[in-house]
Amino acid sequence: MNATFIAFDGTTTQVEVDEGESLMQAAITNDVNGIVGECGGSMMCATCHCYIDDAWLEAAGPRNDGEEDMLESATSEVRPQSRLSCQVKMNAELDGIVVRLPETQI
Amino acid sequence: MERIVIVGAGQGGMQAAMSLRQDGLTGNITLIGEEPGLPYQRPPLSKAYMADGIADRLILRPTSFFERSEIDYRDGVRVTQIDRERKSVTLSNGENITYAHLILATGAANWAPPIAGINAPGVFQLRTLEDATALRNKMASTKRAVVIGGGFIGLEFAAMARDAGVEVAVVEAGPRLMARAISPAMSRWFLDLHRSQGTKIILGTAASSVRLDDAGEADGVILNDGTVIDGSLVLVAAGVRPSVELAEQAGLSCNDGVIVDGRLLTSDPAISALGDCARFPLPDNGTVRLESVQAAVDHARHIARRLAKGEDAPYSALPWFWSDQGKIKLQIVGIGAGADRHEQTTTPAGEPVVLAFNNDTLIAVETVNAAGVHMAARRLIGTPYHVLAEHHFDVRKTLSAVTA
Repeated sequence: MNATFIAFDGTTTQVEVDEGESLMQAAITNDVNGIVGECGGSMMCATCHCYIDDAWLEAAGPRNDGEEDMLESATSEVRPQSRLSCQVKMNAELDGIVVRLPETQI
Repeated sequence: MERIVIVGAGQGGMQAAMSLRQDGLTGNITLIGEEPGLPYQRPPLSKAYMADGIADRLILRPTSFFERSEIDYRDGVRVTQIDRERKSVTLSNGENITYAHLILATGAANWAPPIAGINAPGVFQLRTLEDATALRNKMASTKRAVVIGGGFIGLEFAAMARDAGVEVAVVEAGPRLMARAISPAMSRWFLDLHRSQGTKIILGTAASSVRLDDAGEADGVILNDGTVIDGSLVLVAAGVRPSVELAEQAGLSCNDGVIVDGRLLTSDPAISALGDCARFPLPDNGTVRLESVQAAVDHARHIARRLAKGEDAPYSALPWFWSDQGKIKLQIVGIGAGADRHEQTTTPAGEPVVLAFNNDTLIAVETVNAAGVHMAARRLIGTPYHVLAEHHFDVRKTLSAVTA
């Protein structure tokens, strides 16, 4: 399965993602610029903020418990498409997902 | 060209290397890690990694990052000596590297009580990936485990082991769980939680020895009141000591940590220290040494701003901590150790929120599964008691009121 990250400057990176792996972890493992992931996916920071492409928004599901609150402290603008990429776990429905990254995470 | 050398490739050392580049440093950076392999996150070792065993998900950045960022990363090698006069470090492979500035990110090492049997097979500790892998393998064939120490690591492991169907006993010498980190009320809540999950918790009793079977392997723990607790897996999670040997050897001021000033400089202006190994001043008064991702990362960023951009503001980041114990997430903001008063409320879901005050000022807030309250509390540390009292100690309502 794969996911495509589009950085703020337009740089596009397609990476392989395992089932159950988070988009944050996939981005880190593949050296995608623009995801920090400081707390390692424990929802203690908001440095893996991303915008899910509209075509995938429904498949990505609703925000998890607490995610909404953490997003409030995100540095970049929070939009309806905003998610913490550590909370979006890969599955067959999300194969090919496209996400955009904000200008800054810190 | 001038070189910054970072000793220790844990999360703090790694963050220092990353932040120096992000902040525009063009000089050489050498990052030296004692463990083999890429720098990785430690917090999941007692949590997600215990469940899934996937080491690849722990790495902080892949090899390509070090190439792209021109960070000279040396793994599996130790710094054996600092020569402050020549401004150089000696590595365990005999190599010498000179530095313009040195960053000590040596972290901490597990402490084990000096009791009989503590080094026997079957006795584990949990700090490195290697430790975690060995512990996880043993857990798969264990019916009963004994944890020495009722702090974050011991309780996180206990929750994971219970989930895996292992019988668990936790032995804590102190009178309550996580006493160094949380309030008495929150300790009690977690005591009830773990007991309700079937974990046996023994407080106020120290382990006096590890009992060995005929083959010399651990098969239980004997307490100082004579009680024997069976278990073929013994996890020692009794706290850590800062790794200050190099700093002491080099003559830097140390006292339960390398002493740094508000800029995170040691007694040698060419050497900074960060994270678990550093004792730093609090903005108001006193000093503290914290064992947390937050301190490691924020210290690293602060040092990087000073070295790369010449910024000179004193360090003042707000401390925060978390502990995932099974499905329960404990979040703490601030340092509650000096509290002279506590107030407790509950969230709409019925989970406890504890506010800690000192001199009628909010100094820390502890929450359970309430990220929103935790995030609101981060903005309220320093708020007077009476302001929170007016809003019945409801953190979110208080924040709405004071920011309206």
